[in-house]
Formats: sequence, C-alpha cells, structure tokens
Amino acid sequence: MPFEGIGAAVRRKEDARFLSGRGNYTDDINRPGQLHAFVRRSDRPHARIGRIDTEQAAKAPGVVAVFTGADMAADNVGGLPCGWQIHNKDGSPMKEPPHPVIAVDKVRHVGDPVAVVVAETKQAAKDAAELIEIDYQELPAVASVRDAIAPGASLVHDDAPGNICYDWHIGDKALVDAAFAKAAKVVKLELTNNRLIPNAMEPRAAVGDFDPHGGDFTLYTTSQNPHVIRLLMGAFVLHIPENKLRVVAPDVGGGFGSKIYHYAEEAIVTWAAGKVRRPVKWTAERNESFMSDAHGRDHDTMAEMALDADGNFLALRVSTLANMGGYLSTFAPCIPTYLYATLLAGVYKTPVIYCEVKAVFTNTVPVDAYRGAGRPEATFLLERLVDACARDTGMDRVAIRRKNFIPADAFPYQTPVALQYDSGDYQATLDACLKAADYAGFEARRAAAAAKGKLRGIGISTYLEACGIAPSAVVGSLGARAGLYEVANIKVHPTGSVSVYTGTHSHGQGHETTLAQLVTDQLGVPFDQVEVVHGDTGKIPFGMGTYGSRSLAVGGTAMVKAMDKIIAKGKKIAAHLMEASVEDIEFKDGQFSVAGTDKSKTLTDISLAAYVPHNYPIEELEPGLDETAFYDPKNFTFPGGCHVAEVEIDKDTGVAEVVNFVAVDDVGRVINPMIVEGQVQGGVAQGIGQALLENAVYDEGGQLLSGSFMDYSMPRANDLPMIKVGTETTLCTHNPLGVKGCGEVGAIGSPPAVINAVIDALKDYGVRHIDMPASPQKLWSIIRSGTPRMAAE
Amino acid sequence: MYDFAYQKPSSLADAVKALSADPDAKALAGGMTLIPVLKQRLNKPSLLVDLAKLGLVGITVSGNTVTIAGMTTHGAVAADAGLKSKIPSLSEMASFIGDEAVRHRGTIGGSLANNDPAADYPAAVLALDATIKTDRRSIKGDDFFQGMFTTTLEQGELITAVEFPAPEKGAYEKFRNPASRYAIVGVYVAKTAGGVRVAVTGAGQGGVFRHTAMEQALSANFSPDAIANITTPVDGLNSDIHASAEYRAHLVGVMAKRAVARAY
Repeated sequence: MPFEGIGAAVRRKEDARFLSGRGNYTDDINRPGQLHAFVRRSDRPHARIGRIDTEQAAKAPGVVAVFTGADMAADNVGGLPCGWQIHNKDGSPMKEPPHPVIAVDKVRHVGDPVAVVVAETKQAAKDAAELIEIDYQELPAVASVRDAIAPGASLVHDDAPGNICYDWHIGDKALVDAAFAKAAKVVKLELTNNRLIPNAMEPRAAVGDFDPHGGDFTLYTTSQNPHVIRLLMGAFVLHIPENKLRVVAPDVGGGFGSKIYHYAEEAIVTWAAGKVRRPVKWTAERNESFMSDAHGRDHDTMAEMALDADGNFLALRVSTLANMGGYLSTFAPCIPTYLYATLLAGVYKTPVIYCEVKAVFTNTVPVDAYRGAGRPEATFLLERLVDACARDTGMDRVAIRRKNFIPADAFPYQTPVALQYDSGDYQATLDACLKAADYAGFEARRAAAAAKGKLRGIGISTYLEACGIAPSAVVGSLGARAGLYEVANIKVHPTGSVSVYTGTHSHGQGHETTLAQLVTDQLGVPFDQVEVVHGDTGKIPFGMGTYGSRSLAVGGTAMVKAMDKIIAKGKKIAAHLMEASVEDIEFKDGQFSVAGTDKSKTLTDISLAAYVPHNYPIEELEPGLDETAFYDPKNFTFPGGCHVAEVEIDKDTGVAEVVNFVAVDDVGRVINPMIVEGQVQGGVAQGIGQALLENAVYDEGGQLLSGSFMDYSMPRANDLPMIKVGTETTLCTHNPLGVKGCGEVGAIGSPPAVINAVIDALKDYGVRHIDMPASPQKLWSIIRSGTPRMAAE
Repeated sequence: MYDFAYQKPSSLADAVKALSADPDAKALAGGMTLIPVLKQRLNKPSLLVDLAKLGLVGITVSGNTVTIAGMTTHGAVAADAGLKSKIPSLSEMASFIGDEAVRHRGTIGGSLANNDPAADYPAAVLALDATIKTDRRSIKGDDFFQGMFTTTLEQGELITAVEFPAPEKGAYEKFRNPASRYAIVGVYVAKTAGGVRVAVTGAGQGGVFRHTAMEQALSANFSPDAIANITTPVDGLNSDIHASAEYRAHLVGVMAKRAVARAY
C-alpha cells in the first residue's frame, strides 16, 4: 500500500470532479417545478421607504408572486439574527438593531433587499422586478467610520446614538498608561485596514424546497456551515423546527468566510417555497455579490508602542474604529474584538496591552469575517508598528523582533490579552525564513535593482494567529451564542470501507483528501476506500462548519475521538474472536493482534463480525461499527511564522511588483504538505491582493465605486511571484494530532511583509507608513513629492 | 438582458439595410463590450445584427499597406505573419488586448465603432494614420473619432476594413488599470512618412487624441530625451479611483518615452 497517511502529499480526491466540470454546486441543483426569485435591491445608500407598488409586477408574464418586507412581517418572519453579543466598557450590551430579511421602513445600504419577485423564469422575475415602484425619501448617508461618528451625523439606526454599536475594551488601561509614562520612547502609528470584497469564484445561491406531504423544508445553499444555517434560520427567522428543515451545502466554490453567515436570500427562497408551494431558486449575479456578500476588514486605528532605552516593548495601546456596515452580520461583533484585540501580543512578550474598539454602523454592506478575520488587522497593525519602532529607534528590524520574541522555552505563555499560547518557536521560523529568502544577500539585489532604475525593498512579518476558536464555555462567556465544538460520525461498513460524516465543510480546502488521510493513518484503511461526506444536515449528526482554520484541529480531533471508539470496540470484538483478553489486543496498521502471539484479525474481519454477528459477544456488545464523537477543544491553536517579501518599484510609474516571497509557517503537524503549500500560497495571494490591489471604495454618499471587476482589483497569477512555502513545526499540545491550522496564515502574515518591503524600497523618500493598497498612484505621489535623502545623511 | 430579435445576414447589403431601417438595432461585431452591457441591462436594442457571416475577415499586405477586414479578431491580427513583418508594433498591440478569450472574439471593426475611451485600437488608427473603409466611404482616422463612444459612422454604416500604412517604426506602451486591465494610459508612437504621430488613449475625457507637442518634438529629434520636458495639460484628462488626471498626465509622458525608446 503506498504511503497515504499523515504526512503524505496525496493528490486531492476532489480535484478530478472539479477539474472535469462534474462538481455539484447549488446552482446545478434544479428541483421539479422550480421557480426563480429575483431580489429588487436598493440603489439608495440610505432612505425611508414610502409606498412600494407591486401591482404591475404581480401582473407581469410568468410572475407567481411578489413579496415585500411587510408580507414577511405579516407572516411573523423574524429578523436575521446576530450570533455574538459584545458588552460595552460599562457592562451594557451592544446595540443590536433589527435586521429584517427584506427591508421594511428603511434601506441602509446599496444592495439592501426591498422586494422579491418569484416567477417561472429568472428573466421573467427580473423583468417584473423593474416594474416595482418604490417611493424613497432619501436620507443623508455615512460611509466611513469617521463620518459616522462625527457629531450630528445621520443615524443608520435610530436606536444607536452616534452610530455606535459598541464601545468595548480589553486589558489594563491604568497599567498601560503607567508604562507609557515612564517609557524612554513612544512610537505612534495611525493606520487603516482597507475594506475588502471576498469574491468567491462561485456566487452565492440558494434553492428552497417544500414538501407539502410531510411539511418538510429543504434549503440547498452555498454555505460553509449548513447546521448553523439550519439553527439560525429555523429557530430565529422562519420558526421551522430542526426535524422539519434540512440544509444542504453541496460543492461550494470558495467561501473565505463570506459563506459563513445566514443571508436574507436563504430565508427568502425557503419561506417563498412554502408560500407558493413550489421550489424557488436564487443565484446571485456578480454585481449582487459585490453589494450583498459580507465585506471584510475596514478598520481605522491609532496604535502606540512604549519602549525602554534598549528597545524592549513595555506596553501597547490601541484604539480602533471598526466598520460594521448597515446591519450586524452573523458574527460581525466578535471579529474586531475577540479575534482582533486578543491577538495584539502577537509573537512578542509585551507585558501590558490595552485596546479599545468602537464598532460603528455605516450605510455600507455589512462587514464580517474574511480570511483571517481580525487577525490580519491585528498583524498588520503590529508588524507595521514594530517596523516603525525599529525605524524610530534606529534598531535593526530583525534585531528588535528577536529581542522581543516570546522565547521558545516560555510556553505555555499567558498574554496580557486573555490568550494562552501552547507552543511555538518564533526564532526558528524567523531563522528558516531569512535563510530561505537569502536575507543576508539582499543588499546586493537592491544594488542590482538600482542599477536598472528600480527601487527594491525587503519586508519581514513575524506573526501569530489563533485558530479553532474555543472552548465553548469560554466563548459563551465572551458573548458567543453558539458552541464551537465539532462532530464526526465514522462508519466502518461491513466489508471494511469507511464513510466519514464530518460537521466541517469543504469549499476548496481539500477535506475529502486530508480527512481521508487521517482514517488511513489511524485505521489502516486504504485511502481510496475512505469517503468523506459533508454539507448535509440530513446525513451528518451535527456540526459547526468550517472557518477560522478549525476543520483539522477541531473536526479532525472529533474524528480521532470517533476512531478511538471504533478501535476500542474493535478490540472487544477481536478479543472475542481470538479468545483473548481485551487488554492483550493491540491495534496497528489495520490489524488487531494478540500481544505476544501471531494471532491477528484485520479491521475487515472485525467489521464483518460486527454487522454479521454470528460469532459475537452479543450479550455485552451492540452489533455494528459506527461511532460518533463530539469534541470541544480546550483552547485555540496558535500557528505562527515569518513571511519575507521583496518588492521592486518602478520609479516612473509607481508600480510595485512582488518579486520574491517566502513563507515559513508553523502550522503544527502537517497532514498533507501539498495541500498546506497550496493553502498558504492561496492565502498569500489574497494577502498580496490586499496589500497592493484590492480596495472596496465607497464615495461619501454611500455609493460603492468599486462595485464590479472593472474597478475592484483582484490579484491575478501575473501579479504574483512564485511563493516559496516552508514549515517549521512545533506541535499543538492540546489536540491528539498536534495540528494547528493552515487556511488563513497566508492572508494574515503576508500584507505587512509586503508593505514593509514597499516602505523599505522607499526609505530614501522619507515615508514612514503607507496604507493598503499600495497602489501605483499612491507610490508615484510619494516618489514625486519625497526628496531622496543623500547617501551620506 | 432584455429580449431582442437576432439576425445573422450573409450579405453586407442585408446587414446595412437591417441596421439602417431600425434606429434601435445594434451591430454585433464580436460583442466583447456589447454583451456585458446587455447582460447588465444597460442597453435595450430591438435587434442584434450579427456581422459574423459577412465574410469580413482577413489580413492582406499590399506593398506598404496592410488591410485588416472589419471582423478580423485581435487574435488573428496578433498572429498574422505578414502584418507582423510590416507593422510589428500593431501585431504586438493586438496581442495585449483584453485576455485570450476576448482576443478570440473581439474584432477590430467592433472596437473602432465602439470607440471606448480606454480601447487600444483607436490609438493605433490615429498614430499610424490609418483609413477606415466602410460600406459607403473611406474615412481618415483623424476624422473618425468624435469623442468617447462617438464616431462619424452613420446609422447602419459598417466598417468593412481598416488600411494601415506601415510606419518606419512604432511602438505602443500601455499602463493598465489594475482591475479592468484596460488602458489607464496607452500611447502609440509611430514614425511615419509624414512625420511622427503620437496617439494617446485611456487618458482623455474625449477619448483618443493626438499629442501634437510631442509629435513636433519627436519629428525634430526622435528620442526619449526630446520629450522629457514636455508636459501634458491636465485639463480634459480623466480622473477616477485608480488614477487622477495629474497621474494620467504624468503617465502619458512615461509611456510616450518608453514607446519612443522601444519603437521598432
């Protein structure tokens, strides 16, 4: 049997299906008698809705029904729920204004649903939607956090004064202020983290189906977490009990967080299917994705580091304004708090940290988690600030990092912002990355670039992140309204093949391969005899889905726990069959053997006995070999590492090109190195996209200027260098696989590495900070206005 | 898109007739702009007249003139050996239009008739002093473009071919919009029998234009240094979230210098 277990670079099982066009995506699903929904969306950033006249639309050819928010309200449909409650500094809860599925009194961003047409064809629905007349009374709009908190600003929600959702903090302010008071040096940096639009390759889609015989609803949807959608939509929005609602998330073409949330269209098609008693499908057009998929990032921050005379970090003080958009998306409140401020220690032993965050409503698309979710914002801040500290103190960028690293022998390490890191070795990832990037030889490359008229710079980012958010009891105390465990059901079939039913969801990550490798490793079942099933509440006991790089650390551990039960039961069956004591049965490589003898049984012998229990300890043991485990982690996992970027800037045009990129990450034990390399490369591509290209731009009036690929710059292959990926491993100490997670490290570690490199390239132009994206125009302005310092200076 | 009627005539006369009879009819000449516009419901033609069957495809080289039939795709222009030997800079320009898929559907006639202010071909036509042949007349490039998305073409008038006199040398330099990859600024420089011609696309509010100050300087001295101190007035230049008018004015100079340096 070829080596296909843990550590093998097995090719991805799912790729043959995807690459040959045989994937089964939500839009590929068509139910008999299916109708099509089209959502009429607001083109106003902020307006009161007067009369909505649907009469002409309802009479248009092919139209079956037209619904408005009032229709849903009359049917007792609830608002879209928020899954996390943050408390203010004073202990009071955040403002949590209603989020109607279809807007009722007001529209709060361009793209807000106002009415829905259900028709025989999508074309008919779209034609009719144009016939709906909406009287808007336009209101002043606020798009940026600065505008939204200005005195007298227009209120997005009447019951959220000052447009403040919450005013939260973490850390000991008095200690931090005291440390600043005695600091030898204080380094300040004001920065923004640019708003991003996720743009998964597959637009969102949903098909609602209603079976009038049993009264059962089925929702097919582009989701990263079908059980969560069933819970949120069933319990809070449509009031359908779980036993009457099945949610299927089939093949999903990319999510990056944007498909975690419960969206209006999911509730619309499900509810409408029940109303019209026919299946209803909705598929987003790309322009709808831009204005209705939750956006990411969008922070305005002031950060200050206090240092002693030797360059030791004494204290960090941070104040952030986080844009929430027009409504609270499902997990929005926790992103700029518990997934951001808790990460501000990073890889450094800064003894005291204080961070305050104001979350602000604006007339923009809701903002929620996007690949990295809070950690990229924390990392960009910290790694830019550390470079600024080096610059302002005259210290070397590498030396100041090494001096302040949490040492490898300090774990478990308690940070001043709640988290306790279990393992890591930041010197090791830094050393490996500097070596792989030939950091020592950089000045020669800089000189060579200068000789051909290019400005070359190198940038470092030494980052840390937190994956597999947990444990449930802790996150519950912090405001989470859900548990964060994971579930695995493992069925060893009678003839020895295995089906894994996992509560995680694969939308590009390669779970069908990685999770099968775990089974091959632990049970000795050949890789091609393991099937991984995900994305269907009708098949899988329960699950919280995939986000926060949790699938292996949490979902994989649940699988190990279920396999432990399989092995334990198998040992009992084997003991019976071989007339030995259970204590003497050993299991290895798919064989149950009696210690000290040559007697053994294969897993298939055992599974066959379990399902055909003729010779079986039936008095003590149930037949079957089918086990389920729920696993609630003890802690987050803490991947970290070092990214080094090298850029060359064209002095004439301001174009920055990333010419070298090396990532050395500690993601814990690696199950499939090829998949890890691909995940890191994909994440880095997104990070380079954020650093140099991507930017969601609203004008002051709340219109989305970058509302299509004509103006929103996605990174493409020719924007990217070959991305070198290496790993340096310390094992996670609190899960049996020792895994940490690799899905987001690329997007978290890379943006500051790129910007630090850009600033290094422009070091002679007197520039201290550049916000993302470092666009050609921005860099050209700096080059034009900056006077190159003389070499002797 | 909205519903529309569709015809695919097999004679030029039939196509002209169909398009002349109906002011809301549109010609389909590749559709690389028109189809996205229809999909976004930004246009509602009564009739689409597909020009694909009119036989307006092919490239002929005669003496010093290259004639490209109106429905010839960018891909075919880029790949034609005869064209490449006469006007390599035009061949190269065509190879950088849009992406692979666009180059296999988009046509020279479609691009010119549309006169997108950020399209590449208008710069080539102006710089190379090309002549546009239609079903009824010949139009000099200098007279053809009438501001963005506007040309001298009459209702129903179709481009049958474009005649390019081969220059002594030339080059096109494009600074791409990072999102759309259209030209933020594209400068085509050609050294022709009648002097140096410099055409700028992407930058001007009125679409493609000739840069006469640069032309004069380069006619006297065809070198990048000759235009190093020529600035482009900011008035009348486009400004958007990617590039201010000032930045565009600067890029016109950079692209022009690079084109001169690389002219071949």
